[in-house]
Amino acid sequence: MERYYQPEIETASIEEIYRIQNERLINTVNRVYNAVPYYRDMMDRAGVRPEDIKSRDDLHKLPFTCKDDLRDTYPFGLFAVPMEKVIRLHASSGTTGKQIVVGYTRNDLENWSDICARQLVAVGGTEHDLVHVSYGYGLFTGGLGMHDGAQKLGAITIPVSSGNTQRQITIMRDFGSTILCCTPSYALYLAECIAEMGIDKSELSLKAGIFGAEAWTEEMRRNLEESLGLKAYDIYGLTEIMGPGVAYECRAQTEMHSNEDHFIPDVIDPDKGEVLPEGEQGELVFSCISKEAFPILRYRTRDIGILKREKCSCGRTFIKMSKPMGRTDDMLIIRGVNVFPSQIESVLLTKGYPGNYQIIVDRISNQDRLEIIVELSPETFSDKVRNLEQMAGDLREAVRSTLGVGAEIRLVAPKTIERSTGKAVRVIDKRKL
Amino acid sequence: MIQQLSVFLENKPGTLLEVTKMLAEKEIDLRALSLADTKDFGILRIIADNNETALKALQDAGFIVSITPVIAVAMKDAPGGLSSVVEVLSKNEINIEYLYAFISRKKGSAYVVFRVENNELAETVLSEAGFSLVDEKNIME
Repeated sequence: MERYYQPEIETASIEEIYRIQNERLINTVNRVYNAVPYYRDMMDRAGVRPEDIKSRDDLHKLPFTCKDDLRDTYPFGLFAVPMEKVIRLHASSGTTGKQIVVGYTRNDLENWSDICARQLVAVGGTEHDLVHVSYGYGLFTGGLGMHDGAQKLGAITIPVSSGNTQRQITIMRDFGSTILCCTPSYALYLAECIAEMGIDKSELSLKAGIFGAEAWTEEMRRNLEESLGLKAYDIYGLTEIMGPGVAYECRAQTEMHSNEDHFIPDVIDPDKGEVLPEGEQGELVFSCISKEAFPILRYRTRDIGILKREKCSCGRTFIKMSKPMGRTDDMLIIRGVNVFPSQIESVLLTKGYPGNYQIIVDRISNQDRLEIIVELSPETFSDKVRNLEQMAGDLREAVRSTLGVGAEIRLVAPKTIERSTGKAVRVIDKRKL
Repeated sequence: MIQQLSVFLENKPGTLLEVTKMLAEKEIDLRALSLADTKDFGILRIIADNNETALKALQDAGFIVSITPVIAVAMKDAPGGLSSVVEVLSKNEINIEYLYAFISRKKGSAYVVFRVENNELAETVLSEAGFSLVDEKNIME
């Protein structure tokens, strides 16, 4: 039988979900309007008054919040409670520009740990499980988010954090870790090191992996399930909204359930900003409706996805969100063709190549050049030049027919591409330099 | 048949040195080698006196290495020596993937190493034509 962490809400009727959303949305809009001058100015400029928002149907009237708004108000300008109510800060790594800071009240942390516990239970987790948290601990939300969720559930939490991979694997084997939480690229690296250490996956007790903080493909799912001997699940989240757990996958492995009692998701046309009907692909936008310290509204995530309300075999009623297929700012335009790194990953894994790859884009004599660096493995290596050239040729052809754009394939020795313990660097776009 | 080590090398400065240094440290004696190269990568093919040690050392260092069975034939170190061997293979329609040749320490004799699709067939036709196939021990002499 399917188990839920909070069955009354996870399987609530649509009417009940809407009722909760309407009530919480109205409350949040009023609160931010009165407590945060920046939001009040934004709404005033857009000509929206709090009383204009009577239900979730009026959500589209509110202006969007973007990453730039968070930077403009750095560090605490969007906080909606007095600082003494804030009990935790997290920050998102500012790879480009200033980092952004978010805060949580005691209630916020309770809600966050609830949704992470929902995720753990949705993959079969119980208080008997040993939850191996290999996300980085610190300002990054991944580590402490899953940590709090595991503790809330009453599972045995192993706060191993990222890095020190050999020691991690020894712990995983000796303690008998059953649920692994980390980025998919780190999971891939762990699998590689496990094989190198001569440990068979049967010596491990892993049953589920909860992999998030990066977009990953179905092919990568099969690869991770096979190499680690577990079931791999996606978890969606972002610091600006909460951290991990904004949406979570169940054992049906058919897309993620978005936690609608805390966030209202929307999909918009990224160019025009219009809300798209359910089932259409566009940019995901989230509004926080239960958060106290950092209740961001209509936040543009830049993640590309699809929302669909459909019955799930697990019994959960929350709207389903597809695996993000990439980010609007990850999308590469190569000789006028839109290319997502995830499409390239799909082709590589389907063709049997390892999941460690790198995409290099350059502009040479005014012409875009796409190069895909692929690691050879002992299985794919041949002593004949002809075979290796044919492999590269086949891959080039597969990329061309899938993406509609030509690419150079460079075969390199194993371990050439740097391994990541957190988010992997998959794309190097030299055109921007 | 003899065993050849095949090593994948990226086409960048210093890669070959890594391999040769490692083999030197392990006191591996090289009898023959050839390097096939393309724009992006190369394949180094080695006949060594101690394949196991060489294989392990290279694998541990992260190289992709495989052991490939190849055939080695003794021939006369005189004009027409190589041609007489190739002629036998050609007559039997055996396609050569690659080959490399080197002089034996025995005066007047040389060796040629072949990679073909069907080693057994090539060995049979060469033996029947009167050529002597060289084994691992002989080739180091």
